[in-house]
Amino acid sequence: MIATFLIQDGVTNGAIYALLGLALVLLFSVTRVIFIPQGEFVAYGALTLALLDGGKVPATTSLLACFGAIAFLFDLWSMRRGTDVGTFLRSLALNLVLPGVIYGATIVLAPLELPSVAKALLTILIITPMGVYVYRIAYRPLADASVLVLLIASVGVHLAMMGLGLVFFGAEGLRAEPLADDNYTIGALMVSAQSLCIYGATIAIIIGLYMFFERTLLGKALRATAVNRLGARLVGVRTHLTGVTAFTLAAAIGAVSGVLIGPITTIYYDTGFLIGLKGFVAAIIGGLASFPITAIAAIGVGLVESFSSFFASSYKEVIVFGLIIPVLIWLSLSGGFHEEE
Amino acid sequence: MKNRFFAGMAPVAVLSLSLFASSALADVTIGVTISSTGPGAALGIPLKNSVELWPAEVGGEKLKVIVLDDAGDPSVATTNARRFVNDDKVDVIVGSALTPASIAVAGVAGETSTPHLSCSPVPPTISKGKWTFVMPQDAGLIARNLFAKMKADGVKTVGYIGFSDSYGDLWMGQFKGIGEQYGLKVVADERYARPDTSVSGQVLKLVAARPDAVFVGASGTGAALPQIGLRERGFAGKIYQTHGAVTFDFLRIAGKAADNTIFASGPAMAPEALPDTAETKPEGMAYVTAYEKKFGPGTRTQFGPHINDAMAILKKAIPVALKKAKPGTPEFRAALRDAIETGGPFPASQGVFNFKADDHLGLDDRAVVLFTAKNGKFEITK
Repeated sequence: MIATFLIQDGVTNGAIYALLGLALVLLFSVTRVIFIPQGEFVAYGALTLALLDGGKVPATTSLLACFGAIAFLFDLWSMRRGTDVGTFLRSLALNLVLPGVIYGATIVLAPLELPSVAKALLTILIITPMGVYVYRIAYRPLADASVLVLLIASVGVHLAMMGLGLVFFGAEGLRAEPLADDNYTIGALMVSAQSLCIYGATIAIIIGLYMFFERTLLGKALRATAVNRLGARLVGVRTHLTGVTAFTLAAAIGAVSGVLIGPITTIYYDTGFLIGLKGFVAAIIGGLASFPITAIAAIGVGLVESFSSFFASSYKEVIVFGLIIPVLIWLSLSGGFHEEE
Repeated sequence: MKNRFFAGMAPVAVLSLSLFASSALADVTIGVTISSTGPGAALGIPLKNSVELWPAEVGGEKLKVIVLDDAGDPSVATTNARRFVNDDKVDVIVGSALTPASIAVAGVAGETSTPHLSCSPVPPTISKGKWTFVMPQDAGLIARNLFAKMKADGVKTVGYIGFSDSYGDLWMGQFKGIGEQYGLKVVADERYARPDTSVSGQVLKLVAARPDAVFVGASGTGAALPQIGLRERGFAGKIYQTHGAVTFDFLRIAGKAADNTIFASGPAMAPEALPDTAETKPEGMAYVTAYEKKFGPGTRTQFGPHINDAMAILKKAIPVALKKAKPGTPEFRAALRDAIETGGPFPASQGVFNFKADDHLGLDDRAVVLFTAKNGKFEITK
């Protein structure tokens, strides 16, 4: 009886970790960035949704506009030696007009008491472009740097985003309203509609990613970049485009995770880091390369977490993060780990 | 890295503050170090806001107030405290908001003979120090009141769930120390961390142990997580929360799950509801009115009043010390310390401070009230 509750709880959290793990693997394989701030997108998503629930205009919209403006300045700088009108207009539209439109839309929509699904979609719309700007500002200038430099940049982006989160959301936690309030009883199990949403969204995203990588040209370009960056460039894949796509996807997945997790727990401006780290444990178990192993490992992390919180709650984090050590030993002994440069 | 960044930013904030305080030579200088960023930000920000409500002068002397951020980091707090003493020649140090940082400040204060008013609880070894005085209610005082209430409610067995840090250990320590005197037996000891996404496992174990009541040793909105979890799993017994959980954010997040929960609290959370004879009412009303006028209705917290209370003490102690020496001198600091230690009682918003040479906590039962949460409001039960 208790075990079924624990399993259910573990699978629910595991599904969220799976989404984050997938985003991390996606980013690492395409851009070689170990993206520590992935968790911040989750926190931003959850907090944005919670503020929309309260009928307020979330500060993430103005943050988005700031990010866009900075990205535009970066573009201007790189265009300083002359450019054509098309590139300039494209940059203008992406970096200034898009956040402006989202900002305006949010101001109009926020006080309207929208249905929760609409609020969730609006949240995802607000957070997703942040991926584009974060890539433009922090990673594109470093696209050819080593994994270590990119990791250090990630730590910087993480700290900056967490600090901005404190400024914009305040120090106290928020909790969003669930997408659906119902509970279903299956045998002895009580399943909330929110956890069904989580399972559904995770499965849909996994299938969506599979279709994207298998069936679309852009997806194949991403895979090509993941396999061999230089080779992909030689055959005409624009690696900046794949980078932007990967970050956009990651931000969107982060926002979805935030929308899903916001109603089941209290989210603080700094919660994202820990959630992201658990996704990272799963991604490491997947060797930062394998999507299916990452997804399965994430469910495993959720289950281990849930059972250890029952049997030894004081040591829960130790047990969860301890999982990574035997995996690392095994990966380095078997020599299968992807050595860079 | 983040701490460095904010430590770097802090002097900029200070510069702008000290520009405001035009400096006559004999101003009384107060150094405030507070965690307005980092893990203690939820506690530190209301403290920092409350500093803005301090008067411009006391006893005819201008106050020069310097506020630095320590991000809850003991090493930054030490640096701040040393800066206060060496560069700014402060007469008194106030802070910090988190216990480890306050311990660090107390160390510097003791070494340099500077009076120190701590805005977080500190362990007994620190509060025995000659120069440190403690503003918040200590855990023992709160625990005695809560345990007495539990005994009165007929509670025999208790399930404990608390933070997996020193705050959680503190309350478990109270159960081990004095729980038996109140006939309380702890049947489960569970821990969780504030950023945890789920406490289902711990809650299941608590419910399985079938205690009469559950005691939550957690603070802020983090204390709402087990509260909601327990009610979701159908736990029908009483739940007791510490004063750290008494925030309106808690009620907002826990919603209906908070109903009929007992909270210990300082009186400054609801001075309106106190009888007019309460010594804590005038200060509490004045503080809460001023704070909510400036920062909006419903923004009061348990933590901000400690800054008000530090000033309530200084308002009485500084004039006494001024008769003996000039501010900025070691003699003034010693006189100020003596005035704080012997000049009581100081009626303040969170209690009536009456320090003695062997008691730098200074509070009694007047510093604790018990609340019950009903329909999204705190109501006094005591």
